[in-house]
Amino acid sequence: MKFAIQVNEGPYQHQATDSAYQFTKAALEAGHEIMRIFFYHDGVNNGTNLTTPPQDDRNIVSRWSELGKQYDLDMVVCVAAAQRRGIVDEGEMQRNGKDAQNIAEGFRISGLGQLIEAGIQSERLVVFGD
Amino acid sequence: MSEQIKKFMYVNRRAPYGTIYAWESLEVVLIGAAFDQDVSLAFMDDGVYQLVKGQDTAEVEMKNFSPTYQALGDYDVTKLYVEKESLEERGLTLEDLMPLTYEDEDDDWAEKDSIKLVSRAELADIMDEQDVFFSF
Repeated sequence: MKFAIQVNEGPYQHQATDSAYQFTKAALEAGHEIMRIFFYHDGVNNGTNLTTPPQDDRNIVSRWSELGKQYDLDMVVCVAAAQRRGIVDEGEMQRNGKDAQNIAEGFRISGLGQLIEAGIQSERLVVFGD
Repeated sequence: MSEQIKKFMYVNRRAPYGTIYAWESLEVVLIGAAFDQDVSLAFMDDGVYQLVKGQDTAEVEMKNFSPTYQALGDYDVTKLYVEKESLEERGLTLEDLMPLTYEDEDDDWAEKDSIKLVSRAELADIMDEQDVFFSF
């Protein structure tokens, strides 16, 4: 099965992001395809490398990065949602005159068209959030 | 832009203000309109408040995005299903909602209502026909 994943909630605040990760990992291990993971609303906060959770807790951001690297996942952070919430890559930093970037490894910033396209091209779009 | 056409439904379940879900949902609808899919919107639970007319957000200093719903017809987003029970449970009627219309190109550009009042059971049937859901 060809899945697309949408993550609508931020890390630690809401379990949706954990469920999305666990679903993605399980689907991949079962041989399914994850064609894209799209981070929207506060879900874009899954893609900041400035996260520093306590050492005895899971590191949600680096966990995504590692899974992304292992399976060559397309992890997309919505640009409009990211601009509101301060998730910045090299291009956004220059475009908006910011003095820093914080996009985590394996994530890329792109538009909402990527979400629509995921809905069209996947067999199932699975949404994680309230 | 794409070879296949799917039935996309955006399910709006939350009040327009208080959280950003309604506004960012509308942003997806506007971008998605460029993809020429078969799009409909459902408004249920507190989501019906998104369409209430006369919204004034000045006191809470939020952006009043309700005029954007009036533009949906120009984006060929012409099916807005409003769940009757959700309206009634909140003491609302169709009269409390913004009049939203579109021009039907298949009917000599006649102006028609975009809002379609449906029962919970009817909405369930409409949902049954969809390919993709975006739930906000």
